[in-house]
Amino acid sequence: MTGPRHQPLAHLALAAAREAPRPDAGVTLRALPYQPSIILRGESGDAAFVKAFRAGLGFDLPLAPNHVSSHDEITALWLGPSEWLILGDVGPVAPAGQGRLARALAGRHHAIISQGDGRQIIAVSGPRARDVLGKLCPLDLESPDLAPGHCARSILARCGILLHPQPGGAYHLHVARSFADYAWRVLAEAGLEFGVAIASGD
Amino acid sequence: MTDAVHRLENGGRIDRTQRLSFHFDGETMHGHPGDTLASALLANGVRLVGRSFKYHRPRGLMAAGGEEPNGLVRLRQGGRAEPNVRATEIILYDGLVAESQNRWPSLNFDLGAVNDRLSPLFPAGFYYKTFMWPASLWPTYEAVIRRMAGLGKAAESADPDRYEKQYAHCDVLVVGAGPAGLAAAHWAGRTGARVILADEGAELGGALLGNGQRIDGRPGMNWAAGIGAELARAENVRLLPRTIVAGYYDHNALTLLERVADHLLQPDQGQPRQRLWQVRAKQVVLATGALERPLVLANNDRPGVMGAGAVQTYINRYGVRPGRRAVLFTNNDSAYPAAMDLAKAGVAVAAVVELRAQAPLRYLPELEQLGIELLVDRAVLSVTGRKSVTGVQIGKLNEAGDGVVAGLERRIDCDLLCLSGGWTPSLHLLSQSGAGLQWDAAQGCFLPGPGRAAASQAVRVAGAANGDFGLQDCLTLGAEAGNAAANDAGHRRRGRGPRKPAADDAAAPLPPRPIWSIPGPGRNGGNNSGSNGGKAFVDFQSDVTAADLRLAAREGYRSIEHVKRYTTTGMGTDQGRTSNINALGIVAQALDVPVPQVGHTTFRPPFSPVTFGALAGGQVGPLLDPVRRTPMHGWHLAAGAVFEPVGQWQRPYYYPKAGEDMAAAVDRESLAARTSVGLMDATTLGKIDIQGPDAAEFLNRIYTNGWKGLAVGGCRYGLMLGEDGMIFDDGVTARLGQGHFHMTTTTGNAGHVLDWLESWLQTEWPELVVYCTSVTEQWAVAALCGPNARRLLAELCPDLDLSPAAFPYMTWQTAALPGVAGGLEARIFRIGFTGELSFEINVPAGHGPTLWQALMAAGEKYAITPFGTEAMHVLRAEVGFIIVGQETDGTTTPEDLGLGRMVSGKKDFLGKRSLSRSDSMRQDRPALVGLLTDDPGLRVPEGAQLIAGTNPAPPQRGQGHVTSSYHSPNLGRTFALAMLEGGHGRHGEAIHIAYDGRAVPATVTAPRFLDPVLEAPERAK
Repeated sequence: MTGPRHQPLAHLALAAAREAPRPDAGVTLRALPYQPSIILRGESGDAAFVKAFRAGLGFDLPLAPNHVSSHDEITALWLGPSEWLILGDVGPVAPAGQGRLARALAGRHHAIISQGDGRQIIAVSGPRARDVLGKLCPLDLESPDLAPGHCARSILARCGILLHPQPGGAYHLHVARSFADYAWRVLAEAGLEFGVAIASGD
Repeated sequence: MTDAVHRLENGGRIDRTQRLSFHFDGETMHGHPGDTLASALLANGVRLVGRSFKYHRPRGLMAAGGEEPNGLVRLRQGGRAEPNVRATEIILYDGLVAESQNRWPSLNFDLGAVNDRLSPLFPAGFYYKTFMWPASLWPTYEAVIRRMAGLGKAAESADPDRYEKQYAHCDVLVVGAGPAGLAAAHWAGRTGARVILADEGAELGGALLGNGQRIDGRPGMNWAAGIGAELARAENVRLLPRTIVAGYYDHNALTLLERVADHLLQPDQGQPRQRLWQVRAKQVVLATGALERPLVLANNDRPGVMGAGAVQTYINRYGVRPGRRAVLFTNNDSAYPAAMDLAKAGVAVAAVVELRAQAPLRYLPELEQLGIELLVDRAVLSVTGRKSVTGVQIGKLNEAGDGVVAGLERRIDCDLLCLSGGWTPSLHLLSQSGAGLQWDAAQGCFLPGPGRAAASQAVRVAGAANGDFGLQDCLTLGAEAGNAAANDAGHRRRGRGPRKPAADDAAAPLPPRPIWSIPGPGRNGGNNSGSNGGKAFVDFQSDVTAADLRLAAREGYRSIEHVKRYTTTGMGTDQGRTSNINALGIVAQALDVPVPQVGHTTFRPPFSPVTFGALAGGQVGPLLDPVRRTPMHGWHLAAGAVFEPVGQWQRPYYYPKAGEDMAAAVDRESLAARTSVGLMDATTLGKIDIQGPDAAEFLNRIYTNGWKGLAVGGCRYGLMLGEDGMIFDDGVTARLGQGHFHMTTTTGNAGHVLDWLESWLQTEWPELVVYCTSVTEQWAVAALCGPNARRLLAELCPDLDLSPAAFPYMTWQTAALPGVAGGLEARIFRIGFTGELSFEINVPAGHGPTLWQALMAAGEKYAITPFGTEAMHVLRAEVGFIIVGQETDGTTTPEDLGLGRMVSGKKDFLGKRSLSRSDSMRQDRPALVGLLTDDPGLRVPEGAQLIAGTNPAPPQRGQGHVTSSYHSPNLGRTFALAMLEGGHGRHGEAIHIAYDGRAVPATVTAPRFLDPVLEAPERAK
């Protein structure tokens, strides 16, 4: 067991906590705590790889573009024809081949790369969440292709994001750790019109 | 109540129960909610609103909408000031402040007006003819001309308001909320399609708000309000009033400028002033209407000359009486309703002057009833009055319309002349979309090209924009266009559609008589040269007359594109809305060709000016560009670091102690790293995880040197070349496993390198089984560097044998750090960029701060010194390590840097062939050398030129340039690196550096000033 991690947005959350709560806020921002995640690389067309994944984690990898599937606290997000983001604990990545997923995939061409420390998830919720995101992200947020169960890579103003729609009109935005401060600030700025609340904890 | 002299007692869409104060040129006036600045000025009897661009002629309002060429003002004050805003588009609010433009010292008395008298000196193209010689004096002329011409002044301080961007997607975007646009949106909305309806006005209704037409037996503006209310309630419809559609781009992408708070004294809390929409529409319906053209005749720019439709709008919408005694001059039907509206508003209508031989019969009874004189087959030849119209000269034209029939002249006194020269469909956006336009000789205007096939995008045109000038056509065809657009976007209505609206007056207008330029009084073949009767303006905003256009034709200009640039017609902020067609007609006539042969100018975005604020949106100030922060950023801040931007990263530049300047801090940091131990945040270096059975082969092709022989646990420095053989990136890559590598790249190039790797894997070498994944963000990296680095690290990982034999240079190991974060696992690389004994410790990013603090704490006894990028640069330059982008500039080969040994002769790699080009092998190519100035205290600037002699004066051919230049506490002097022609063979040579007007003497050396500590030996204790 290692000690607690430093959260990329700890400095902003602290500052926000000093502000009075905004019950009338149109949008709520929340920095989610660290969550283990990996990038899984493998070939969609490799039936044995796909099968091995199912055997290891008990559910099917999403093979259709921009789809998400999950099971038992593990969520797989399609990022590309040979790339998925797996949220949740699938066992240690190092030493190589030791984790639950790695054992299942042994012998198939694949790669497992730790990602949890490299990203920050910002949850955007509230009645105006979509309007705020629409100021920064060019995707059609009303499209059925961005209903819960889907995901898409896009931009938020000038930084890359992975957009993961949640039930109830909320969104999880995955940003690279170094961009977390920027992403948070542009969201807070874009939300000014509707009032921004900062939620703490998870 | 109303106290404005020209305000009607009743009527219009203004709220007379509320009074708004505003200030124009320092004078306080009053208006009402519902007014524009233009209507309020007219109500207050203000005729003179500006001075013209070139001749400084007095100008008044001509239009009531976005086509207004004259009424440009500077709106608001201080940082909120905005120049060149059309008074007709400014919604009046309490406390509004506006100033007229382009006049000095005052609007009423303007010294620049002398230009009008000197106009023979300013013919078309005077800019090109007059001031081009001698060339050296051009800047002097230019400064004067710019002051005299030009329009408003920009704000002098920062704009305090916020601006935003908004993305939106829809099935049907309807542009324009006049009768056609409202009908289109109404029918499209009923299908359930996502509809956006944008209109430049604050209220929906377009022309219906001003022209008094009736639908279904009630005022058209009431019908518009009813449809507007239904659309506002519909969840699938978004209404965007006060919004101009400015640009139409490929794939039905359109930009819209929403004036969110321009109608308020200042924006509400959190509200942006303006918002730039970027809309992606499956289908577009352009219901952009038509604009009324003026007639071109002598002195047609005098204050009091207005469009007939504009006058109707001022009466019906704003309750303003725009004059006391009016003459209307028309070549089409639309002046007749205007004449009746004027009469009903209490304006004496002296005459309707009809250019055609036949007046529309249906208006005659009412005209007679109102006692209005009708002069058929007559023309207004010229206007008298200077700061206001005092009367008109009337005569009869010959059949061709190019001369005056003598003896029939007559003068009529009036203070208002209403011109209607026909209607120009607003097709700017359609043309921007790529669709073709087609000349319609009967209507005297361009219309959308034949059939929808002419459109390259999913767009329809409805209403007056489509040449359907009758109200019933607008309603019927608008509804059809909206319904069809929704169908094409995949939405079909269930059940019956809305009731079809019926216009009370369903008659179609008679065709106009297009006479492009009315000959001046007493002239045959009238030329309007200005010497007789006065200037006849075509483009009021750019001050272009009919004579200017004819002059251009005489001088040989044939293409309208060239005429436009030569005369500047159509080049103002109004994009020639009122002038384009008249200009075309005049040029065609002068060239004696049909109009289509002259063609039309290209319409380009934006249709209407878009502020820089809106274009920038929220990406200003601290949000201009992302600022990337390392996990240790907070520590650096607390330590007082000065930061340097490297790409988007903020990296510590140096850490000044109290009283230290940059030089002192960098000296202290550079010294500590060679005498005890320094610590640098190296997190920003790009890191790429490369996995797969072909990973080593892949690296072999990407890098110049060989990788197959690298043992697991080893590290190797590599150079990447572009296909041109020039250095593109460098870095150390470690072999983590048989088919597993960890590549590092330069900070600024990390993204490009990953793209480069992927593009080769995906397009050229798909047979290689390799995955590349960025792990830059996953790892925090602390670089420990200096003779005490090993002792310090040993305290943190007691179980790791750090001896040179067990952990040699250019290898890596994993190790647990028992004292750090409960036994953190780290990857430790014995590599470095300073030539000093170094360990780069990688831990998961979330633990970076903990590791950093543990190193700082354990290093206290060695006076551990955090150092920034500047000290790192000094240290690496001392040992001659290059920086890609500093020593290289995209034209540098490995051999140029003395790194020829890095280039394998045994294998192929990207860029290899280019290295054998004759130019790549020239002996006199610039090569990396060291430089020591004779004066050891003198630090020459980077970029300084190396010269052959002792005379620094240009022009002369440089021999090379300084790439890096520092003071080194370790050397006790300054030193530099440079690229010097044939430099490899010139070590020891004396050379000069051009700097500060001097030739600074220096000696060329090898590009290495200290030997790097590559292997075991610990320094003497």
